[in-house]
Amino acid sequence: MFCLLYFLTILVLELLIFYLSLQYAWDASEEYLFKAMVAFAMRRYSNKETTQISNVLLCNMTERVSFWFVVTDSAKNVTTVPGSEVEAAIRMNRNRINSAFLLTDNTLQFLKISSTLSPPIESSVPVWLIVFSVVLCLVVAGILFLVVSGIRQRKKESAETGDLEDKCDTPVTTENGIPCDILDLKAGQINGVYAADDERFTPL
Amino acid sequence: FVKQQDKRISHFVRMSNAQSLDIPEVLKEDDRPKWDNKFQYILSCVGFAVGLGNVWRFPYLCQIYGGGIGSLMVSFIVSLYYNTILTWVMWYFLNSFQEPLPWSACPLNGNRTGHIEECHESTAVNYFWYRRALNISSDITDSGNLQWWLVLCLAICWSIVYICTIRGIESTGKAIYVTAIFPYLVLTIFLIRGLTLPGATEGLVYLFTPNLNILKNPRVWLDAATQIFFSLSLAFGGLIAFSSYNSPKNDCEKDAVTIAIVNSMTSLYASIPIFSILGFKGTTGYWDCLDRNIISIINEFDLQDQSIMRDNYTIWLEFLNTTHPKKITSLKLRSCDLQEFLEQSASGTGLAFIVFTEAIILMPGSQGWAVLFFVMLFSLGLSSMFGNIEGILTPLLELRVVSKSVPKEVLSGAICLVSFVTALCFTLRSGSYWLEVFDSYAGSLPLLIIAFFEVTGVVYVYGIKRFSDDVKWMTGRQPNFYWQVSWRIISPLLMLTVFVAFVTLQTQKQPSYGAWNPKYKDFPMKEEKDYPAWILAICVLLVVLPCIFIPMVAFYHLIKRVLGRGKKEGT
Repeated sequence: MFCLLYFLTILVLELLIFYLSLQYAWDASEEYLFKAMVAFAMRRYSNKETTQISNVLLCNMTERVSFWFVVTDSAKNVTTVPGSEVEAAIRMNRNRINSAFLLTDNTLQFLKISSTLSPPIESSVPVWLIVFSVVLCLVVAGILFLVVSGIRQRKKESAETGDLEDKCDTPVTTENGIPCDILDLKAGQINGVYAADDERFTPL
Repeated sequence: FVKQQDKRISHFVRMSNAQSLDIPEVLKEDDRPKWDNKFQYILSCVGFAVGLGNVWRFPYLCQIYGGGIGSLMVSFIVSLYYNTILTWVMWYFLNSFQEPLPWSACPLNGNRTGHIEECHESTAVNYFWYRRALNISSDITDSGNLQWWLVLCLAICWSIVYICTIRGIESTGKAIYVTAIFPYLVLTIFLIRGLTLPGATEGLVYLFTPNLNILKNPRVWLDAATQIFFSLSLAFGGLIAFSSYNSPKNDCEKDAVTIAIVNSMTSLYASIPIFSILGFKGTTGYWDCLDRNIISIINEFDLQDQSIMRDNYTIWLEFLNTTHPKKITSLKLRSCDLQEFLEQSASGTGLAFIVFTEAIILMPGSQGWAVLFFVMLFSLGLSSMFGNIEGILTPLLELRVVSKSVPKEVLSGAICLVSFVTALCFTLRSGSYWLEVFDSYAGSLPLLIIAFFEVTGVVYVYGIKRFSDDVKWMTGRQPNFYWQVSWRIISPLLMLTVFVAFVTLQTQKQPSYGAWNPKYKDFPMKEEKDYPAWILAICVLLVVLPCIFIPMVAFYHLIKRVLGRGKKEGT
């Protein structure tokens, strides 16, 4: 009966719940919970503790689940609270209402109330800068290590060649470009080139 | 008798010179670096050949000194823009460590009542790519300023390249173990994950079903030929540089066949996880489309919630169309076609940064998948960068442009620094338009021309007989009939055909590009704009500059020889 009265007014808010998203069955107890949540939202919004569960009326229930609801104000002679107030109250406590029903903004829709989007959590330093500084430290460490090791290796090499050159600077007698200490200066070394060629001599 | 003594003395001298091998190594003149083992060499070539092009399927493209300089120029130009792509990959990698991923949702506008309009009209993924990553301008002539975050990422990328190429192949040889093998690991992981996603089979069926009508289009064959050519990274000089560090007696025939097979197999292997994930994305989009339509219908006709499901949607739609046609048309339902969603795949940067990132948000554990994907892309690109840098470093060392006293670390550092400064132009707001220019002109045509001259130079100028004998000396057998026919006829002919077809197709219409313009009336479609004349001039320069060295150096050698002959005759 109330719904018929308020049907033509703009004070009625429509609610639509996606039946498929419900992890439980929708029955009278759930309706009771909903009334309690709306009453809670009204109390939080207006800060007066007068709204009772009996002030919230649901009507036009359908299977899907959708219904209309109205909030009455018992203090002011059974008039309804303006829709804008109810809207504001629900918008403020949307998160709590959603979590009470284990639903989200998409699955628990208050038609005519567009949800204020909650801003994403922004840390003071953007996360990518943190990762960037980690990578930067690794890269700089890598470059320093490689450059320093390269310099050290070159110093070692130049020291070694210095030693070798010192060795070569000592008067090494060379014969045809070969240092003499490699050749075995034993007396009477047989040179294979000549030895094998005995047959080449034309016989006299 | 005296003559024979002379012969013996000269023989003795020659023998004693042979004993100089006992002298310690440090006094030897030729101290060219060598690969630690054969596997390093094969991995480097595979890593060089297997690049981003193998994963995102997109034709991005003689030791005569002329060809060497030409290759050097091409390698330089390509490494400029190739590393910019790695910069973008790095940017996405750095942003993958947040929960939720920044490209999953549109950011809120000023007064927090809705999303930013540019994001709302296109998608969150598009917005993140065009606005947050590139901050793209609406025209190539509108340069804007340098984007500081991209400059930072570019610096890091070039530093990483420097670390890996600091000592030439001694350092890349170590780095390649990671950068060449890691992508295969990740592709396998994605393969297993992708095949278990719903809709994967649709994607794979779409991939492997040949559409015979498309095969009739010659453009398809041209694209396939160019893709294989550029995919193997020929004519960059990188492969020649890598191979020059092998020992001379090396079975190069087996190496060439191995690398070509591995490259093609990798492309095929990569396309399986990519297409299963694209199939998953297409199927999810299709289901979302259906669900949205179902909700509108249920709301309008006040039906029971579970009455219309995805499988009986079409039956219900037909029924309702006959009974209440006006209501149905007033709903403005979007027609949902699975094929249309599957065909939405893009290639190149679009595939990696838009399509794939969108698919990743849909997968559970998206941060991990995003990090894995971008590290894979980074190592793929890095191993190809090694080849590019080697293609610059080795000719510079060979041509004795720098004195031998300059240590290799300084030379590679100088190359990286110069490239970094030049590549800053790609971090401008119009950077990605410039990258498209570089990719289509510098990374395509000059390679064809250089490769063509390499083949004809070796076969017809150096002589195929001499070349076959060299190959026999290296591998131990004469190149068989297949190689002879390919080198003499098939390769030059095919390259000429591809070149002619490429040029005719390019010159048929005015070159244009697609600009991202939020103020365009058909936004989010891209606005087709023509390149202004001065940019076309730069395009021509990019093509001509590397190729001009071949005739120039040949001319220079000719003049030198003529002058030399004249001098000889003069004395």
